Amino acid sequence: MNATRWLVTLPPTVFLLAFFLAPALIVVAASFREPGEFGGLAPFVAPSLEAYRFLFDDIIYAEIFARSFLVAALTTLICVVLAYPLAWLIARSPAKRRDLLVLLVILPFASNFLVRIYAWIMLLGPVNLLYTPFAVIAGMVYVHLPFMILPLYTNLEKHDPALLEAAQDLGASAWTRFWRVTFPLSLPGIFSGAALVFIPVLGMFAVPELLGGTGDMLIGNLIKEQFLDNRDWPLGAALSIMLTVAVLALAGLAAWGARRGLHGTEAVS
Amino acid sequence: MALLEFRNLTRRFGDLSAVNDVSLAIEAGEFFTLLGPSGCGKTTILRMIAGFDAPDAGDILLDGVSLAGVPPEKRPLHTVFQSYALFPHMTVAGNVAFPLEMAKKSALEIRCRVNETLALVHLEDKADSFPHELSGGQKQRVALARGLVNKPRLLLLDEPLGALDAKLREEMQVELIALQREVGITFVFVTHAQQEALALSHRIAVMRNGRVEQCDEPDKLYTQPANRFVADFIGKINLIDVEVAVSTKVLLTLKAPGLGEIAAADPRPLKAGERGAFALRPELIRVHGHKESADLKNRFAGTVRELLYLGDVTLYKVALADGQVIEALMPNAAPGRAKFHEVGDPVWVCWRHDAGVFLKD
Repeated sequence: MNATRWLVTLPPTVFLLAFFLAPALIVVAASFREPGEFGGLAPFVAPSLEAYRFLFDDIIYAEIFARSFLVAALTTLICVVLAYPLAWLIARSPAKRRDLLVLLVILPFASNFLVRIYAWIMLLGPVNLLYTPFAVIAGMVYVHLPFMILPLYTNLEKHDPALLEAAQDLGASAWTRFWRVTFPLSLPGIFSGAALVFIPVLGMFAVPELLGGTGDMLIGNLIKEQFLDNRDWPLGAALSIMLTVAVLALAGLAAWGARRGLHGTEAVS
Repeated sequence: MALLEFRNLTRRFGDLSAVNDVSLAIEAGEFFTLLGPSGCGKTTILRMIAGFDAPDAGDILLDGVSLAGVPPEKRPLHTVFQSYALFPHMTVAGNVAFPLEMAKKSALEIRCRVNETLALVHLEDKADSFPHELSGGQKQRVALARGLVNKPRLLLLDEPLGALDAKLREEMQVELIALQREVGITFVFVTHAQQEALALSHRIAVMRNGRVEQCDEPDKLYTQPANRFVADFIGKINLIDVEVAVSTKVLLTLKAPGLGEIAAADPRPLKAGERGAFALRPELIRVHGHKESADLKNRFAGTVRELLYLGDVTLYKVALADGQVIEALMPNAAPGRAKFHEVGDPVWVCWRHDAGVFLKD
């Protein structure tokens, strides 16, 4: 029994150690090194805080961080607003149609990500919206919307319809029923969806690169630039670590928020 | 004027008449029960009173005013749901405060009323608990408190005790009666459990296939059922096929094929030859070992087929001469009973002439 358990868990463990933990440690180590003259890292002499000093000295990095968080927050908010009615509609559909609608939501994943972004270029170009903040947000929302719909749908589908009847019976209008019953009970779904949208958007570089203008640079682009264009690996590594720390802090916050809404999840599941 | 009145209430689902031309009047302060097997239309009526369903024909009047077109949230009545439907994300106090908040009461009044009502259902110490932390009986009490707190004109209860185990259900029945007496609010209660209906109600409407078969006080329903269905549905009963032989003001003689004559009492003028059933409660039948001690007017020989010792009483199933089996309930504490009649014993069953009722077909 014990041997079987080891045998089953060993491959994924080894995989994660080799291809996730090791690279992550390499990035941490790289952030404390000096850049090499032609990219890569300079020969190790002593740990250096140069990359972090550089990062904190120039206000431009803080601005890009702030802009990235703003874009991520805005994308998440728009996703919630767009996904909610759709998730609600799917959850209230007859069981058979529900599966079809869920399939339609995930269908875009069947085509290549870049192809879909190029489609947006074709769409936005003629109406002069390409290379604008609008294009970036629209692309971000488009790419991440399914990640908000699915957890929200999973949550809403489990709601007991009797609760809404009870609220109505006790004198609540449709508006009040939504805000006092449906919405609070769906918070765990919103938190899951927000985590699945907010975090990837923070690191996304393809969408702003293809749809955004020169002023729309986000952290993802900045990091990519350090590694591929500027050849400043330590700075890229330091930026990656700052991003990871920020994301972990937010994930912790989301988990805390989800736990606060736990009474709801327990009862509806 | 009745508090609540149904006038020719009808509700159809396709070809099925879930509620078929029901007219009833419920008085203020009553504990009124809609009783019947599942599918008889009782829950449909409840949903129409609450406003979640609308009649196809007929009308529901509250204080003489039609409720047609009034949405559920505007009706001055509340429902206790079978599943309780407590808001899982609100505390007990939050749940109970909900209808008061909807009615835009002041914070002070809400606090007072919530405390008062929680005290009424003995849940003061659970105010800050969440529903998932409560037992079934406690959830039931929260649902009741939530329904009562804003003093509705009418409280609708949809099989509220169905989810509780037998012992708890009995406790809640006692509490429910006391609660209704204390708050004085009219209760409309829906159940398929006849004993529960008998124990709780001032009046019961027995329903079948969308129609009211009989609407009466519990003891009237039990002792004077209107037809075979009501007789059979409420409690245990023996139904013997008979036809009227002689009917006078004081005595009714019935002829039971294969058995002989049965003496009964019925003041109604009945025609000789009319067919029906003679309905006789098991506890009104005596079982004796000797012919001489069975000195009642109706006396028939039989053989004990089965006996069930139930502690306080013993249930005998006795096969009569024509082969039909009747059930008799004998108290075990009856004076002078030294032994039980065993299976296979020849016995005499007897009953007073006014023990049963004749039900016309």
